[in-house]
Amino acid sequence: MTFISEILLALFLLAALRLAGASRLKHCIAVTACQGTVTALYPLFVHNWAEFSHDTNMQMILLALLTLGVKGFLLPALLVRAMHTAQVKRELEPLVSYPVSILLVVLFACGAFTLCVKYPVAPAGTSVLAAPSALIAIFTGLFIIVARKKAITQSIGFLFFENGITLFGACMKLEYGFLVEFGILLDVFVLVFVMGIAVFHISREFEHIDADRLHLLGDTMEPAKQGETAK
Amino acid sequence: MNLQIIMWGIGVIEALVLSPVLPGIINKVKAFFAGRKGPSVFQLYYDIIKLMKKRAVRSTTAGALFTIAPMTALITSVLMLILLPFAGKASPLGFAGDILLFLYLGGLGRVLTVCGAMDTGSSFEGMGASRECQFAILTEGTFMAVAGALMLMTRSFSLGGMLNFITTSDYNRYGIILVLLAVAMFVVVLTECCRLPVDDPDTHLELTMIHEAMILDNSGDELGIIHYAASLKMWILLSVEAMMILPADMNPVILLLTETLTVLFGSILIGTIESVTARYRFLKVPQFLVGSTALAFIAMFLLSLLQIQGA
Repeated sequence: MTFISEILLALFLLAALRLAGASRLKHCIAVTACQGTVTALYPLFVHNWAEFSHDTNMQMILLALLTLGVKGFLLPALLVRAMHTAQVKRELEPLVSYPVSILLVVLFACGAFTLCVKYPVAPAGTSVLAAPSALIAIFTGLFIIVARKKAITQSIGFLFFENGITLFGACMKLEYGFLVEFGILLDVFVLVFVMGIAVFHISREFEHIDADRLHLLGDTMEPAKQGETAK
Repeated sequence: MNLQIIMWGIGVIEALVLSPVLPGIINKVKAFFAGRKGPSVFQLYYDIIKLMKKRAVRSTTAGALFTIAPMTALITSVLMLILLPFAGKASPLGFAGDILLFLYLGGLGRVLTVCGAMDTGSSFEGMGASRECQFAILTEGTFMAVAGALMLMTRSFSLGGMLNFITTSDYNRYGIILVLLAVAMFVVVLTECCRLPVDDPDTHLELTMIHEAMILDNSGDELGIIHYAASLKMWILLSVEAMMILPADMNPVILLLTETLTVLFGSILIGTIESVTARYRFLKVPQFLVGSTALAFIAMFLLSLLQIQGA
Protein backbone atom coordinates (compact mmCIF):
# COMPACT_ATOMS: atom_id res chain seq x y z
CA MET A 1 0.00 0.00 0.00
CA THR A 2 2.73 2.49 0.90
CA PHE A 3 4.39 1.96 -2.46
CA ILE A 4 1.18 2.87 -4.30
CA SER A 5 0.64 5.95 -2.14
CA GLU A 6 4.22 7.09 -2.82
CA ILE A 7 3.62 6.73 -6.54
CA LEU A 8 0.43 8.76 -6.20
CA LEU A 9 2.34 11.50 -4.40
CA ALA A 10 5.06 11.49 -7.04
CA LEU A 11 2.35 11.90 -9.70
CA PHE A 12 0.92 14.76 -7.67
CA LEU A 13 4.33 16.40 -7.68
CA LEU A 14 4.90 15.88 -11.39
CA ALA A 15 1.48 17.39 -12.12
CA ALA A 16 2.81 20.69 -10.75
CA LEU A 17 5.76 20.57 -13.15
CA ARG A 18 3.52 19.71 -16.07
CA LEU A 19 1.05 22.48 -15.29
CA ALA A 20 3.84 25.05 -15.13
CA GLY A 21 5.05 24.00 -18.58
CA ALA A 22 1.73 23.47 -20.33
CA SER A 23 0.55 26.13 -22.75
CA ARG A 24 -2.51 24.39 -24.19
CA LEU A 25 -5.52 24.80 -21.95
CA LYS A 26 -6.60 21.26 -22.83
CA HIS A 27 -3.41 19.93 -21.26
CA CYS A 28 -3.75 22.20 -18.23
CA ILE A 29 -7.25 20.90 -17.58
CA ALA A 30 -6.19 17.28 -18.11
CA VAL A 31 -3.33 17.71 -15.63
CA THR A 32 -5.66 19.24 -13.07
CA ALA A 33 -8.18 16.42 -13.55
CA CYS A 34 -5.44 13.83 -12.99
CA GLN A 35 -4.31 15.69 -9.93
CA GLY A 36 -7.89 15.80 -8.63
CA THR A 37 -8.17 12.05 -9.12
CA VAL A 38 -4.96 11.49 -7.19
CA THR A 39 -6.22 13.80 -4.43
CA ALA A 40 -9.40 11.77 -4.19
CA LEU A 41 -7.70 8.39 -4.16
CA TYR A 42 -4.78 9.16 -1.87
CA PRO A 43 -6.68 9.06 1.47
CA LEU A 44 -8.00 5.59 0.62
CA PHE A 45 -4.48 4.22 0.41
CA VAL A 46 -3.24 5.68 3.66
CA HIS A 47 -6.39 5.12 5.71
CA ASN A 48 -6.07 2.52 8.43
CA TRP A 49 -9.24 0.56 7.75
CA ALA A 50 -9.11 -1.78 10.73
CA GLU A 51 -8.61 0.97 13.28
CA PHE A 52 -11.79 2.96 12.62
CA SER A 53 -15.47 2.24 12.96
CA HIS A 54 -17.62 1.19 10.06
CA ASP A 55 -19.26 4.62 9.87
CA THR A 56 -15.96 6.47 9.59
CA ASN A 57 -14.85 4.09 6.88
CA MET A 58 -18.04 4.66 4.93
CA GLN A 59 -17.53 8.42 5.30
CA MET A 60 -14.04 8.05 3.87
CA ILE A 61 -15.32 6.19 0.84
CA LEU A 62 -18.16 8.64 0.32
CA LEU A 63 -15.81 11.61 0.53
CA ALA A 64 -13.37 9.96 -1.89
CA LEU A 65 -16.17 9.30 -4.38
CA LEU A 66 -17.48 12.84 -4.07
CA THR A 67 -14.04 14.38 -4.49
CA LEU A 68 -13.38 12.12 -7.45
CA GLY A 69 -16.67 13.10 -9.04
CA VAL A 70 -16.28 16.83 -8.49
CA LYS A 71 -12.54 17.34 -8.93
CA GLY A 72 -11.81 14.53 -11.34
CA PHE A 73 -14.78 14.89 -13.69
CA LEU A 74 -17.32 17.64 -13.04
CA LEU A 75 -15.08 20.69 -12.72
CA PRO A 76 -12.71 19.66 -15.55
CA ALA A 77 -15.77 19.08 -17.76
CA LEU A 78 -17.04 22.53 -16.82
CA LEU A 79 -13.67 24.07 -17.63
CA VAL A 80 -13.55 22.27 -20.97
CA ARG A 81 -16.98 23.67 -21.75
CA ALA A 82 -15.87 27.16 -20.74
CA MET A 83 -12.82 26.74 -22.95
CA HIS A 84 -14.96 25.86 -25.95
CA THR A 85 -17.45 28.65 -25.30
CA ALA A 86 -14.77 31.28 -24.86
CA GLN A 87 -12.94 29.83 -27.88
CA VAL A 88 -9.51 29.92 -26.31
CA LYS A 89 -7.12 27.08 -26.86
CA ARG A 90 -3.86 28.23 -25.37
CA GLU A 91 -2.35 30.81 -23.09
CA LEU A 92 -0.50 32.91 -25.63
CA GLU A 93 1.48 35.47 -23.68
CA PRO A 94 2.01 34.34 -20.11
CA LEU A 95 3.47 36.96 -17.79
CA VAL A 96 6.18 34.46 -16.81
CA SER A 97 7.54 32.25 -19.59
CA TYR A 98 7.20 28.48 -19.42
CA PRO A 99 10.84 27.49 -18.79
CA VAL A 100 11.04 30.08 -16.02
CA SER A 101 7.79 28.72 -14.56
CA ILE A 102 9.25 25.22 -14.49
CA LEU A 103 12.38 26.47 -12.75
CA LEU A 104 10.24 28.33 -10.24
CA VAL A 105 8.33 25.13 -9.45
CA VAL A 106 11.68 23.47 -8.77
CA LEU A 107 12.46 26.36 -6.46
CA PHE A 108 9.09 25.90 -4.72
CA ALA A 109 9.90 22.21 -4.35
CA CYS A 110 13.25 23.04 -2.81
CA GLY A 111 11.60 25.44 -0.39
CA ALA A 112 8.77 23.07 0.50
CA PHE A 113 11.11 20.14 1.15
CA THR A 114 13.42 22.25 3.27
CA LEU A 115 10.49 23.62 5.23
CA CYS A 116 9.02 20.19 5.87
CA VAL A 117 12.34 18.70 6.89
CA LYS A 118 13.00 21.52 9.31
CA TYR A 119 9.50 21.72 10.73
CA PRO A 120 7.85 18.33 10.39
CA VAL A 121 4.11 19.02 10.41
CA ALA A 122 2.70 15.66 9.43
CA PRO A 123 1.83 13.23 12.23
CA ALA A 124 3.90 10.06 12.52
CA GLY A 125 2.98 7.35 10.09
CA THR A 126 2.21 9.56 7.11
CA SER A 127 4.54 9.59 4.18
CA VAL A 128 7.29 12.23 4.34
CA LEU A 129 6.37 13.17 0.80
CA ALA A 130 2.79 14.11 1.54
CA ALA A 131 3.20 17.52 3.19
CA PRO A 132 5.83 18.84 0.73
CA SER A 133 3.77 17.65 -2.26
CA ALA A 134 0.74 19.47 -0.91
CA LEU A 135 2.77 22.64 -0.29
CA ILE A 136 4.22 22.53 -3.80
CA ALA A 137 0.73 22.25 -5.28
CA ILE A 138 -0.41 25.20 -3.16
CA PHE A 139 2.55 27.36 -4.25
CA THR A 140 2.19 26.32 -7.89
CA GLY A 141 -1.54 27.03 -7.91
CA LEU A 142 -1.00 30.51 -6.48
CA PHE A 143 1.81 31.11 -8.92
CA ILE A 144 -0.38 30.12 -11.89
CA ILE A 145 -3.06 32.52 -10.68
CA VAL A 146 -0.66 35.47 -10.72
CA ALA A 147 1.48 34.47 -13.70
CA ARG A 148 -1.18 33.78 -16.33
CA LYS A 149 -3.53 36.21 -17.97
CA LYS A 150 -6.52 34.20 -19.09
CA ALA A 151 -9.35 33.93 -16.58
CA ILE A 152 -9.73 30.25 -17.34
CA THR A 153 -6.07 29.49 -16.57
CA GLN A 154 -6.44 31.39 -13.34
CA SER A 155 -9.38 29.24 -12.31
CA ILE A 156 -7.33 26.16 -13.17
CA GLY A 157 -4.63 27.55 -10.88
CA PHE A 158 -7.22 27.99 -8.14
CA LEU A 159 -8.42 24.41 -8.54
CA PHE A 160 -4.82 23.22 -8.37
CA PHE A 161 -4.26 25.24 -5.21
CA GLU A 162 -7.37 23.75 -3.61
CA ASN A 163 -6.21 20.24 -4.49
CA GLY A 164 -3.06 20.99 -2.55
CA ILE A 165 -5.08 22.07 0.46
CA THR A 166 -7.22 18.92 0.28
CA LEU A 167 -4.12 16.74 0.18
CA PHE A 168 -2.68 18.65 3.09
CA GLY A 169 -5.87 17.98 5.03
CA ALA A 170 -5.78 14.33 4.09
CA CYS A 171 -2.23 13.85 5.33
CA MET A 172 -2.95 15.69 8.59
CA LYS A 173 -5.63 13.13 9.52
CA LEU A 174 -7.78 15.81 11.09
CA GLU A 175 -10.45 15.14 13.63
CA TYR A 176 -13.81 15.77 11.94
CA GLY A 177 -11.78 15.67 8.71
CA PHE A 178 -14.89 14.62 6.85
CA LEU A 179 -16.76 17.82 7.67
CA VAL A 180 -13.80 20.06 6.91
CA GLU A 181 -13.05 18.45 3.60
CA PHE A 182 -16.66 18.41 2.63
CA GLY A 183 -16.82 22.16 3.30
CA ILE A 184 -13.72 22.79 1.21
CA LEU A 185 -15.16 20.72 -1.61
CA LEU A 186 -18.37 22.71 -1.65
CA ASP A 187 -16.41 25.94 -1.56
CA VAL A 188 -14.26 24.96 -4.51
CA PHE A 189 -17.23 23.72 -6.47
CA VAL A 190 -19.13 26.97 -6.06
CA LEU A 191 -16.09 29.14 -6.82
CA VAL A 192 -15.04 27.32 -9.95
CA PHE A 193 -18.65 27.22 -11.05
CA VAL A 194 -18.96 30.97 -10.64
CA MET A 195 -15.65 31.51 -12.42
CA GLY A 196 -16.82 29.31 -15.27
CA ILE A 197 -19.93 31.41 -15.67
CA ALA A 198 -17.88 34.59 -15.39
CA VAL A 199 -15.69 33.35 -18.21
CA PHE A 200 -18.77 32.92 -20.43
CA HIS A 201 -19.85 36.45 -19.74
CA ILE A 202 -16.43 38.05 -20.05
CA SER A 203 -15.83 36.33 -23.36
CA ARG A 204 -19.24 37.43 -24.64
CA GLU A 205 -18.62 41.05 -23.69
CA PHE A 206 -15.01 41.48 -24.72
CA GLU A 207 -14.34 38.60 -27.14
CA HIS A 208 -11.33 37.56 -25.08
CA ILE A 209 -10.75 36.52 -21.50
CA ASP A 210 -7.54 38.28 -20.60
CA ALA A 211 -8.09 39.37 -17.02
CA ASP A 212 -5.54 42.18 -17.35
CA ARG A 213 -7.80 43.98 -19.81
CA LEU A 214 -10.36 44.51 -17.09
CA HIS A 215 -8.77 47.89 -16.34
CA LEU A 216 -10.45 49.12 -19.50
CA LEU A 217 -13.67 49.09 -17.51
CA GLY A 218 -12.98 52.51 -15.95
CA ASP A 219 -15.69 55.11 -16.61
CA THR A 220 -13.90 58.35 -15.76
CA MET A 221 -11.07 58.49 -18.28
CA GLU A 222 -10.55 57.34 -21.82
CA PRO A 223 -8.60 54.16 -21.30
CA ALA A 224 -6.67 54.28 -24.59
CA LYS A 225 -5.17 57.69 -23.82
CA GLN A 226 -4.25 56.61 -20.35
CA GLY A 227 -2.41 53.64 -21.84
CA GLU A 228 -0.47 55.92 -24.18
CA THR A 229 0.71 58.25 -21.46
CA ALA A 230 1.80 55.28 -19.40
CA LYS A 231 4.02 54.16 -22.24
CA MET B 1 37.98 -10.60 -9.75
CA ASN B 2 39.80 -11.80 -12.84
CA LEU B 3 36.56 -12.72 -14.51
CA GLN B 4 35.24 -9.21 -13.85
CA ILE B 5 38.16 -7.45 -15.46
CA ILE B 6 37.89 -9.75 -18.48
CA MET B 7 34.17 -8.97 -18.72
CA TRP B 8 34.97 -5.27 -18.47
CA GLY B 9 37.35 -5.61 -21.41
CA ILE B 10 34.71 -7.50 -23.36
CA GLY B 11 32.24 -4.71 -22.58
CA VAL B 12 34.59 -2.09 -24.03
CA ILE B 13 35.37 -4.10 -27.14
CA GLU B 14 31.70 -4.90 -27.60
CA ALA B 15 30.86 -1.20 -27.54
CA LEU B 16 33.58 -0.45 -30.09
CA VAL B 17 32.41 -3.20 -32.41
CA LEU B 18 28.66 -3.13 -32.00
CA SER B 19 27.91 0.60 -31.68
CA PRO B 20 27.21 1.24 -35.40
CA VAL B 21 24.35 -1.23 -35.12
CA LEU B 22 22.32 1.23 -33.00
CA PRO B 23 21.41 3.69 -35.79
CA GLY B 24 20.64 0.63 -37.91
CA ILE B 25 18.15 -0.64 -35.33
CA ILE B 26 16.57 2.81 -35.02
CA ASN B 27 16.12 3.01 -38.79
CA LYS B 28 14.71 -0.51 -38.90
CA VAL B 29 12.13 0.36 -36.22
CA LYS B 30 11.19 3.51 -38.07
CA ALA B 31 10.85 1.52 -41.29
CA PHE B 32 8.64 -0.98 -39.47
CA PHE B 33 6.34 1.81 -38.29
CA ALA B 34 6.21 3.29 -41.78
CA GLY B 35 5.41 -0.11 -43.29
CA ARG B 36 8.66 -0.24 -45.26
CA LYS B 37 11.32 -2.91 -45.34
CA GLY B 38 14.08 -0.41 -44.58
CA PRO B 39 17.85 -0.68 -44.93
CA SER B 40 19.77 -3.48 -43.27
CA VAL B 41 20.60 -3.16 -39.58
CA PHE B 42 24.28 -3.18 -40.61
CA GLN B 43 23.90 -0.34 -43.10
CA LEU B 44 26.11 2.04 -41.10
CA TYR B 45 28.97 -0.50 -41.23
CA TYR B 46 28.74 -0.54 -45.04
CA ASP B 47 28.56 3.25 -45.13
CA ILE B 48 31.56 3.66 -42.85
CA ILE B 49 33.61 1.11 -44.82
CA LYS B 50 32.69 2.84 -48.07
CA LEU B 51 33.57 6.26 -46.65
CA MET B 52 36.88 5.07 -45.19
CA LYS B 53 38.03 4.06 -48.68
CA LYS B 54 37.46 7.59 -49.97
CA ARG B 55 39.57 10.69 -49.65
CA ALA B 56 38.21 13.76 -47.85
CA VAL B 57 37.54 16.87 -49.89
CA ARG B 58 38.27 20.06 -48.00
CA SER B 59 37.07 23.57 -48.57
CA THR B 60 39.85 26.04 -49.38
CA THR B 61 38.88 28.25 -46.46
CA ALA B 62 39.07 25.39 -43.96
CA GLY B 63 42.12 25.28 -41.73
CA ALA B 64 43.65 22.93 -39.20
CA LEU B 65 40.66 22.87 -36.85
CA PHE B 66 38.48 21.37 -39.55
CA THR B 67 41.02 18.56 -39.96
CA ILE B 68 41.40 17.65 -36.31
CA ALA B 69 37.69 17.92 -35.39
CA PRO B 70 36.62 14.41 -36.52
CA MET B 71 39.58 12.73 -34.84
CA THR B 72 38.93 14.62 -31.59
CA ALA B 73 35.32 13.53 -31.62
CA LEU B 74 36.45 9.92 -31.97
CA ILE B 75 39.21 10.13 -29.35
CA THR B 76 37.03 11.81 -26.74
CA SER B 77 34.31 9.21 -27.32
CA VAL B 78 36.78 6.36 -26.83
CA LEU B 79 38.14 7.99 -23.67
CA MET B 80 34.60 8.38 -22.34
CA LEU B 81 34.02 4.72 -23.10
CA ILE B 82 37.00 3.45 -21.15
CA LEU B 83 35.98 5.47 -18.10
CA LEU B 84 32.72 3.53 -17.88
CA PRO B 85 32.29 0.57 -15.53
CA PHE B 86 31.17 -2.47 -17.49
CA ALA B 87 29.81 -5.65 -15.94
CA GLY B 88 29.87 -4.14 -12.46
CA LYS B 89 33.62 -3.58 -12.57
CA ALA B 90 34.86 -0.03 -12.19
CA SER B 91 37.18 1.07 -14.95
CA PRO B 92 40.90 0.59 -14.13
CA LEU B 93 41.27 4.27 -15.08
CA GLY B 94 38.48 5.41 -12.78
CA PHE B 95 39.06 7.79 -9.89
CA ALA B 96 36.88 9.83 -7.55
CA GLY B 97 35.44 12.65 -9.63
CA ASP B 98 35.87 10.96 -12.99
CA ILE B 99 32.25 11.83 -13.75
CA LEU B 100 33.44 15.39 -14.43
CA LEU B 101 36.14 14.17 -16.75
CA PHE B 102 33.50 12.05 -18.48
CA LEU B 103 31.18 15.02 -18.91
CA TYR B 104 33.85 17.42 -20.13
CA LEU B 105 35.44 14.95 -22.51
CA GLY B 106 32.05 15.05 -24.18
CA GLY B 107 32.24 18.84 -23.98
CA LEU B 108 35.71 18.89 -25.56
CA GLY B 109 34.55 16.72 -28.43
CA ARG B 110 31.64 19.05 -28.98
CA VAL B 111 33.70 22.24 -28.81
CA LEU B 112 36.08 20.96 -31.47
CA THR B 113 33.21 19.76 -33.68
CA VAL B 114 31.69 23.23 -33.36
CA CYS B 115 35.02 24.93 -34.10
CA GLY B 116 35.54 22.63 -37.08
CA ALA B 117 32.11 23.54 -38.36
CA MET B 118 32.81 27.27 -37.99
CA ASP B 119 36.17 26.77 -39.68
CA THR B 120 34.57 25.88 -43.00
CA GLY B 121 33.43 29.47 -43.35
CA SER B 122 29.90 28.45 -44.22
CA SER B 123 27.30 30.52 -42.40
CA PHE B 124 24.98 27.55 -42.55
CA GLU B 125 27.29 25.47 -40.39
CA GLY B 126 27.72 28.34 -37.99
CA MET B 127 23.98 28.26 -37.52
CA GLY B 128 24.04 24.55 -36.70
CA ALA B 129 26.96 25.15 -34.32
CA SER B 130 25.08 27.88 -32.50
CA ARG B 131 22.07 25.62 -31.97
CA GLU B 132 24.24 22.74 -30.84
CA CYS B 133 25.83 24.95 -28.18
CA GLN B 134 22.53 26.35 -26.99
CA PHE B 135 21.09 22.91 -26.33
CA ALA B 136 24.36 21.52 -25.00
CA ILE B 137 24.32 24.02 -22.14
CA LEU B 138 20.93 22.79 -21.05
CA THR B 139 21.75 19.08 -21.39
CA GLU B 140 24.89 19.57 -19.36
CA GLY B 141 22.69 20.96 -16.59
CA THR B 142 20.41 17.94 -16.79
CA PHE B 143 23.33 15.52 -16.80
CA MET B 144 24.90 17.19 -13.78
CA ALA B 145 21.56 17.13 -11.94
CA VAL B 146 21.21 13.40 -12.65
CA ALA B 147 24.81 12.86 -11.59
CA GLY B 148 24.19 14.90 -8.45
CA ALA B 149 21.20 12.76 -7.53
CA LEU B 150 23.27 9.61 -8.11
CA MET B 151 26.08 10.99 -5.95
CA LEU B 152 23.60 11.72 -3.20
CA MET B 153 22.15 8.23 -3.50
CA THR B 154 25.42 6.33 -3.56
CA ARG B 155 27.72 8.69 -1.65
CA SER B 156 30.30 8.03 -4.30
CA PHE B 157 32.01 10.39 -6.72
CA SER B 158 33.32 7.95 -9.28
CA LEU B 159 31.44 6.49 -12.21
CA GLY B 160 32.23 2.99 -10.95
CA GLY B 161 30.56 3.61 -7.60
CA MET B 162 27.69 5.69 -8.92
CA LEU B 163 26.45 3.55 -11.74
CA ASN B 164 26.54 0.06 -10.33
CA PHE B 165 24.95 0.70 -7.02
CA ILE B 166 21.35 -0.47 -7.11
CA THR B 167 20.70 -3.97 -5.86
CA THR B 168 17.56 -5.97 -6.47
CA SER B 169 16.20 -5.15 -3.03
CA ASP B 170 16.65 -1.40 -3.52
CA TYR B 171 13.89 -1.01 -6.08
CA ASN B 172 11.21 -0.71 -3.47
CA ARG B 173 13.03 2.16 -1.81
CA TYR B 174 14.47 3.99 -4.80
CA GLY B 175 11.97 2.96 -7.49
CA ILE B 176 10.32 6.33 -8.07
CA ILE B 177 13.61 8.19 -7.98
CA LEU B 178 15.15 5.83 -10.52
CA VAL B 179 12.20 6.29 -12.85
CA LEU B 180 12.56 10.09 -12.69
CA LEU B 181 16.32 9.90 -13.21
CA ALA B 182 15.95 7.43 -16.07
CA VAL B 183 13.50 9.74 -17.87
CA ALA B 184 15.79 12.76 -17.36
CA MET B 185 18.79 10.76 -18.59
CA PHE B 186 16.86 9.55 -21.61
CA VAL B 187 16.19 13.16 -22.58
CA VAL B 188 19.95 13.74 -22.35
CA VAL B 189 20.50 10.76 -24.66
CA LEU B 190 17.96 12.05 -27.17
CA THR B 191 19.49 15.53 -27.20
CA GLU B 192 23.15 14.52 -27.20
CA CYS B 193 22.62 11.97 -29.95
CA CYS B 194 20.64 14.50 -32.01
CA ARG B 195 17.47 12.47 -32.22
CA LEU B 196 13.83 13.55 -32.35
CA PRO B 197 12.10 15.46 -30.80
CA VAL B 198 15.10 17.80 -30.49
CA ASP B 199 16.92 17.33 -33.77
CA ASP B 200 15.82 15.41 -36.82
CA PRO B 201 18.71 13.32 -38.18
CA ASP B 202 16.94 12.66 -41.49
CA THR B 203 16.09 16.17 -42.47
CA HIS B 204 17.99 18.27 -44.95
CA LEU B 205 16.00 21.42 -44.48
CA GLU B 206 18.25 24.20 -43.31
CA LEU B 207 15.75 25.50 -40.79
CA THR B 208 15.65 22.29 -38.80
CA MET B 209 19.13 20.82 -38.85
CA ILE B 210 21.56 20.87 -35.95
CA HIS B 211 24.14 18.10 -36.04
CA GLU B 212 23.73 17.43 -39.76
CA ALA B 213 24.27 21.12 -40.47
CA MET B 214 27.61 21.07 -38.66
CA ILE B 215 29.07 18.15 -40.57
CA LEU B 216 27.75 19.12 -43.98
CA ASP B 217 31.21 19.93 -45.34
CA ASN B 218 32.88 16.79 -44.03
CA SER B 219 33.41 14.04 -46.53
CA GLY B 220 35.26 10.80 -47.15
CA ASP B 221 37.10 9.14 -44.28
CA GLU B 222 36.48 12.14 -42.02
CA LEU B 223 32.72 11.76 -42.39
CA GLY B 224 33.09 8.03 -41.68
CA ILE B 225 34.94 8.82 -38.45
CA ILE B 226 32.25 11.32 -37.42
CA HIS B 227 29.48 8.79 -38.04
CA TYR B 228 31.33 6.15 -36.04
CA ALA B 229 32.03 8.56 -33.15
CA ALA B 230 28.37 9.58 -33.05
CA SER B 231 27.17 5.98 -32.83
CA LEU B 232 29.78 5.26 -30.16
CA LYS B 233 28.53 8.22 -28.17
CA MET B 234 25.00 6.88 -28.37
CA TRP B 235 26.19 3.49 -27.09
CA ILE B 236 28.04 5.18 -24.22
CA LEU B 237 25.10 7.28 -23.10
CA LEU B 238 22.65 4.41 -23.36
CA SER B 239 25.10 2.31 -21.34
CA VAL B 240 25.12 4.95 -18.61
CA GLU B 241 21.36 4.76 -18.55
CA ALA B 242 21.42 0.95 -18.45
CA MET B 243 24.01 0.83 -15.66
CA MET B 244 22.00 3.33 -13.68
CA ILE B 245 18.83 1.27 -13.59
CA LEU B 246 20.09 -2.32 -13.65
CA PRO B 247 20.79 -4.16 -10.39
CA ALA B 248 24.51 -4.77 -9.92
CA ASP B 249 24.30 -7.84 -7.71
CA MET B 250 24.40 -10.31 -10.58
CA ASN B 251 26.93 -12.56 -12.16
CA PRO B 252 29.25 -10.35 -14.30
CA VAL B 253 28.49 -12.35 -17.44
CA ILE B 254 24.74 -12.00 -17.01
CA LEU B 255 25.12 -8.34 -16.03
CA LEU B 256 27.07 -7.52 -19.18
CA LEU B 257 24.49 -9.37 -21.24
CA THR B 258 21.58 -7.48 -19.67
CA GLU B 259 23.44 -4.19 -20.12
CA THR B 260 23.88 -4.92 -23.81
CA LEU B 261 20.25 -5.93 -24.18
CA THR B 262 19.14 -2.77 -22.38
CA VAL B 263 21.24 -0.64 -24.72
CA LEU B 264 19.70 -2.38 -27.73
CA PHE B 265 16.26 -1.96 -26.22
CA GLY B 266 17.06 1.74 -25.70
CA SER B 267 17.69 2.10 -29.43
CA ILE B 268 14.35 0.40 -30.17
CA LEU B 269 12.73 2.90 -27.78
CA ILE B 270 14.41 5.81 -29.58
CA GLY B 271 13.15 4.43 -32.89
CA THR B 272 9.62 4.18 -31.50
CA ILE B 273 9.74 7.73 -30.16
CA GLU B 274 11.00 8.98 -33.52
CA SER B 275 8.17 7.20 -35.27
CA VAL B 276 5.38 8.60 -33.15
CA THR B 277 6.49 12.16 -32.34
CA ALA B 278 7.19 15.25 -34.36
CA ARG B 279 10.17 17.50 -33.82
CA TYR B 280 9.59 20.34 -31.37
CA ARG B 281 9.74 23.94 -32.43
CA PHE B 282 13.11 25.41 -31.54
CA LEU B 283 11.56 27.67 -28.95
CA LYS B 284 10.03 24.70 -27.24
CA VAL B 285 13.23 22.65 -26.96
CA PRO B 286 14.70 24.64 -24.04
CA GLN B 287 11.45 24.09 -22.17
CA PHE B 288 11.70 20.35 -22.80
CA LEU B 289 15.28 20.31 -21.51
CA VAL B 290 14.55 22.52 -18.52
CA GLY B 291 11.65 20.16 -17.71
CA SER B 292 14.02 17.20 -17.66
CA THR B 293 16.42 19.11 -15.41
CA ALA B 294 13.48 19.82 -13.12
CA LEU B 295 12.71 16.09 -13.01
CA ALA B 296 16.26 15.34 -11.93
CA PHE B 297 16.10 18.04 -9.26
CA ILE B 298 12.80 16.72 -7.93
CA ALA B 299 14.40 13.28 -7.76
CA MET B 300 17.24 14.81 -5.78
CA PHE B 301 14.84 16.42 -3.29
CA LEU B 302 12.88 13.19 -2.88
CA LEU B 303 16.13 11.37 -2.29
CA SER B 304 17.35 13.72 0.39
CA LEU B 305 13.98 13.42 2.09
CA LEU B 306 14.12 9.64 1.97
CA GLN B 307 17.61 9.66 3.41
CA ILE B 308 16.63 11.97 6.23
CA GLN B 309 13.71 9.69 6.96
CA GLY B 310 15.94 6.62 6.82
CA ALA B 311 18.61 8.09 9.07
